[in-house]
Amino acid sequence: MLRVCLRGVKATARKNSGRTRLTNLQHNRGYTAGESSGASRVVVAGLLTVSGGVGGTILYAKWDHKFRAAVEKNVPYSEWLLGLALGPAPQDTGLPIKKRMESLQPPSMMEKQMRTPTTKPEKKLKETAEHPAPDASSALVQSAQSIQEASAEATQIISAISEVQSVPAPCDTEAAATGREDCKECNDHTVAMEPTAVLQKTDSAGTAEPLTERPVEEVAARLAQQDQEENNVVASVSASLEDSLASSAQATLQAIGAQEAALQAIGQHTHKLKEAMEAEAPSEEKSTQWKDLETALADRTTSMNVAKTALLKANEALDSLKSVIDKSKGLKVAAARPLILAAEENLHKMVVDLDKVVSKVQSAESEAKIVAQYSELVNEAKQQFHREVSSLTPEIQANWKGLTGKLSTDDLNALIAHAHRRIDQLNRELAEQRVREQIHIDAALEQQKLEDQKALEKAVGTALQHVKEEARLEQEKKLAELREVIEAEMRTQLRRQAAAHTDHVRDVLKVQEQELKAEAEQVLSSKMLEQETRYRQLTQEQLDNFTLDMNAAYARLKGVEEAIDSHVEAEEEARKAHQLWLSVEALNYTLKTASAESPSMPLEDAAEAVRASCVDSDFALALASALPEKSLKRGVYSEASLRARFYSMRSLARRVALIDESHNTLYQYFLSYIQAALLFESQQEAPPTQLHSEDLDAFKLLSYASYCLEHGDLELAAKLVNQLRGEARRVVEDWLTEARLTLETRQVASLLSAYANAVGLGTTQAP
Amino acid sequence: MAAEHGRKWDRCLADTAVKTVTGISVGIVFSVLFFKRRTWPVSFGSGLGLGMGYSNCQHDFRSPYLIHGRVVKEQSSR
Repeated sequence: MLRVCLRGVKATARKNSGRTRLTNLQHNRGYTAGESSGASRVVVAGLLTVSGGVGGTILYAKWDHKFRAAVEKNVPYSEWLLGLALGPAPQDTGLPIKKRMESLQPPSMMEKQMRTPTTKPEKKLKETAEHPAPDASSALVQSAQSIQEASAEATQIISAISEVQSVPAPCDTEAAATGREDCKECNDHTVAMEPTAVLQKTDSAGTAEPLTERPVEEVAARLAQQDQEENNVVASVSASLEDSLASSAQATLQAIGAQEAALQAIGQHTHKLKEAMEAEAPSEEKSTQWKDLETALADRTTSMNVAKTALLKANEALDSLKSVIDKSKGLKVAAARPLILAAEENLHKMVVDLDKVVSKVQSAESEAKIVAQYSELVNEAKQQFHREVSSLTPEIQANWKGLTGKLSTDDLNALIAHAHRRIDQLNRELAEQRVREQIHIDAALEQQKLEDQKALEKAVGTALQHVKEEARLEQEKKLAELREVIEAEMRTQLRRQAAAHTDHVRDVLKVQEQELKAEAEQVLSSKMLEQETRYRQLTQEQLDNFTLDMNAAYARLKGVEEAIDSHVEAEEEARKAHQLWLSVEALNYTLKTASAESPSMPLEDAAEAVRASCVDSDFALALASALPEKSLKRGVYSEASLRARFYSMRSLARRVALIDESHNTLYQYFLSYIQAALLFESQQEAPPTQLHSEDLDAFKLLSYASYCLEHGDLELAAKLVNQLRGEARRVVEDWLTEARLTLETRQVASLLSAYANAVGLGTTQAP
Repeated sequence: MAAEHGRKWDRCLADTAVKTVTGISVGIVFSVLFFKRRTWPVSFGSGLGLGMGYSNCQHDFRSPYLIHGRVVKEQSSR
């Protein structure tokens, strides 16, 4: 603290030359002690000036910010004052606005970015919903890449609406494999089933994305299984069809046979009837004829019944056959189709035959009806005539042809009159008949027409049905043929594809083989090369080792020779070194002869001796000649004497510590003396490893130097004393030169002794 | 150097003393002769003497730090 006070004193002393106001004030105060108003005036004026200055500074600082910043920087508490008066210093307004703008922009940009990703999947969804399947598949891929949810939705949408399989790209092979299977299955099903089946397949394909390709064995097994199932179904279908066909064929044949028999019976009956009508045979034959006729009629009826039943049975069988065919059609097995077709054809044929036969029978029946009607009419007429005749001639019996002699003339006349009457009646009837003939004919024609129409319609209907059936059968036949053709074509294509695949695989394998071969060759060659290089390396190593050993041996030999040669030299050297060492020891001893106050003896002789003993060593010569002149002539002081001198010199240096080139007035001397008297520093202080600027104070330096001297470090003491400046430096100059001299001489001597020791050690041979 | 310093101080003080005394005496002389026994020449003379002595002392102490310059004429070769 005292030092601080003295520093203040120094500062005031420095300012003293310029500053006279204080003294003037003191004078004024001394002369005008009575006038107190003058002092108050002065005080007021001073206060006004000070306040004016402060206010002006504040106003200007308010106006000019740079000035304010400068004031705040330079004057310690001004920023507090200015802050109080003006408020905090305004920051730059330019940058925050920009920052706010920037802070506003990123949120808006982020919002935009947020919006665009959300719109993108929406757009994608719309696209997927609108576009057809291929685009949907590409969109599906994109959306799967961007957002997971949108992709899931898109897949659902696609699978819901697409008709084509839309499968993502990485699962191409599985899709192809499953697609191939699906195709095969599709071929087996009818067209109506396809969309739903494909839809299901696409669903399964779309959702089961990570499907691995089914192994070939599984596929083949599945296919074999399917084939087997098909075969089973086909076999069952064919069996059922055959059964029903056989039964229906049997029934139909039976029916046809029965119908034909009926036809025959009808024909026979009619014939017999006709014969019976027309033939004028004797009674016995007639009765036999009538009997035959009755049997024929009985036959006809029985045969008709049999035919009817047979027809019914045949119809039943045909119906069952039809149902079986429909059922087998419902199974939808391709291989059974030709069977079905054949069965249908057979059915159709049988139906046609049956119909034909039935129509024949019907026509025969109608003919027979006509004949029967005719025969009835004839019978009726005969009977009527017979009745008439019998009524006329009751006694005459039926068989009037044989009666020629029995009849009287009256009877004959009555008979002839009756006959005439009858003839007239018959003529009249004939005339009437002829008159009504036309009407009857028309009516009959009409009826016939109607009947004909009905028959025609019926025939047309049946013919149409038959034709339709035939056309349908033909169409089905054609379809079956077409299907076969297509199937064959597909098979060929598949075969072709398989062939292409095998070709490709073969090519790829070839290429791979080549590549692998090349790789293997490369590896082989590299390994060979490696082996060779290693072998060469090893041989080289061996060679090198041998060479090294040889060289080593040679070098050792040489070394041994040199050692022997140098031994001789070494001895010579040793002797010289010994000499040198002795002379250096002498020099050191001379140095020690310095007493407390007087210097040592002149070192000239010793130096001469040293020089003499080291003529061939330039280093030692240089060193010997490096001894300073003064030490040679006059000698050097010992450290002890220097130490003693230091203390006396120290007090003087302290006393002139303030004096230097610019401060050397007597007043400064006075101040310096006061400082030396008042300042107490530690007598000795350990010097720091690094000198800072505040350590360059004279007092500190002196204390450091005395510490060093007390601890025997003359060199450091000299260095520290060298840092003194100004008058103090001048005062200690001669001590410093003496110290330098001593240090130099001692350094040279120590170097020489070190050298001599080294040489001596070097040349000394170990025992 | 300590001795030199001490010697300087001796010289300085001696010189100042001599000069002051001389000044006083000259002042006395002048005061008596010309200025009707006023005191001011004496103080003046003493001041003069002290001042001279002070100045000489200062100069003596400053002498190592004084720089003596010489006016060097411009050479023809510039």
